[in-house]
Amino acid sequence: MTRQVILATLLGVSASVAHAEVVSPAAVVANEYGEISTSLTGVAGNPVRGAEVMTSRSLGNCIACHQVTALEEFPFHGEVGPSLDGAGARWDEAAMRGIVVNAKAIFPDSVMPSFYKVDGFTRPGDAFTGKAAPDALDPLLTAQDIEDVVAYLLTLTD
Amino acid sequence: MTGQTKRAVAAMALLAFSASSLALWADEDADLVVNGEIEMIVRTEAPAHLDGALRTIYSGWVFRQDDTQAMQMDDFDNPGMLFAEQGQELFNTAMGANGESCASCHANAEDLTRVRATYPKWDEAHGAVQTVEMQVQECQTESMGMAEAWGQNSQEMLNMTAYIASIGRGQVIDVAIDGPAQATWEAGKEIYYTRYGQLELSCANCHEQNYGNYIRADHLSQGQINGFPTYRLKNARLNGTHNRFRGCIRDTRGETFAIGSDEFIALELYVASRGNGLTVEGPSVRN
Ligand code: HEC
Ligand code: HEC
Repeated sequence: MTRQVILATLLGVSASVAHAEVVSPAAVVANEYGEISTSLTGVAGNPVRGAEVMTSRSLGNCIACHQVTALEEFPFHGEVGPSLDGAGARWDEAAMRGIVVNAKAIFPDSVMPSFYKVDGFTRPGDAFTGKAAPDALDPLLTAQDIEDVVAYLLTLTD
Repeated sequence: MTGQTKRAVAAMALLAFSASSLALWADEDADLVVNGEIEMIVRTEAPAHLDGALRTIYSGWVFRQDDTQAMQMDDFDNPGMLFAEQGQELFNTAMGANGESCASCHANAEDLTRVRATYPKWDEAHGAVQTVEMQVQECQTESMGMAEAWGQNSQEMLNMTAYIASIGRGQVIDVAIDGPAQATWEAGKEIYYTRYGQLELSCANCHEQNYGNYIRADHLSQGQINGFPTYRLKNARLNGTHNRFRGCIRDTRGETFAIGSDEFIALELYVASRGNGLTVEGPSVRN
């Protein structure tokens, strides 16, 4: 094999890792219980980054509704959802991914937002401006954000 | 317990549990008497039209921190009353082509004490439900000959509605939802239960299902409007009802309706009716 071919193969492979494997919101496959067994990116979730997504107002803002003892250093945990202590022992990875992608598939009528959804909204806005949303809306979290959050949640075993 | 002892006890409790929940700050069992004389109903049985969706209705005052609650107990401590006084001045100020003031027609302001408790209200002549703001605008353009009425959310209008609320404080809210107002009320109810925005949250998700719970640092109330306009410590000014609705829909990552829109008039009627049985508290103090 020549150098060029090796290079071309490498590029081809890395391109497919970066693009082809990210599952778009429309292409997500959940089973009848709302569980999603395949990673949205193929890249292992980073729990440290996941904790950041959970606590950051501009990302998941999960602690607005959930108490998490392991995240106590961040102030103001909400009470709208249940405590997530021990969630990693209650749900396996596929169920956890399903909850974060679209909690309503697992808890019907839940007040928990769907974090990987781009349509089907009533009067969607442009973030927190109060103005109409642009035609193409991004999901609340990216595919990798979701993998990172799932990885973090699975560490909450007690 | 006197206010002072209550505060001292609360302070002791705080010291003892300093690291724990903020909930200690809100005395949800407190009663509200303003200036030692106006007795408010801050909790009472829910009106029948709520069909059991709530058992008890609560004024938003109940959910505020002790110090915020205290500010509303005495007019000298309530910054909203300064604006109500400016509203009273406007009430007696000539405006418009005929050189009349509100007082020219409403010589006895006491005649207006039931206004805040009964609006929004069906207006026969216009064949529509009117808010207090719309009624003021109607007086201005149709009776006083003003070319242009005050804007819905203008400082003058906020001051005037604060004044009109203040003279009705302690009145029991009794907004009519039947007869010609019913269709508007139904439309408002529909809006109340619609999940808006990218977060897909309805008024009911926060204020019916979750009142009493914290959402991040905010202690959720039932979203009642008996305290409007509210003086908010956050922006140090009066805030009108539609402006609050707008903020709440914006927080769902939704596209809001406009202040004064048909949707918000209907929503105001519906939300007001959820407070039938509470008392008028405006201008109230909120964070
Ligand atoms: C607006 C409120 C709200 C937000 C924001 C929210 N959740 Fe939830 N969540 C809930 C509620 C309510 C439930 C309980 C399920 C139901 O609706 O009955 C829940 C359930 C869960 C559960 C299952 C709980 C258990 O222990 O069994 C997990 C896991 C979870 N949420 C994770 C998250 C994560 C991660 C985020 C952010 C990316 C998040 N939630 C954001 C309201 C919320
Ligand atoms: C994401 C949660 C959320 C949603 C959805 C929401 N609100 Fe609110 N609302 C709040 C918070 C937080 C406050 C401030 C604390 C409080 O009084 O509850 C508030 C305050 C209010 C107040 C002021 C109450 C007072 O006593 O000063 C009113 C009125 C109100 N909301 C009405 C509504 C209506 C009507 C809707 C639907 C159009 C709505 N809210 C939707 C979170 C929400």
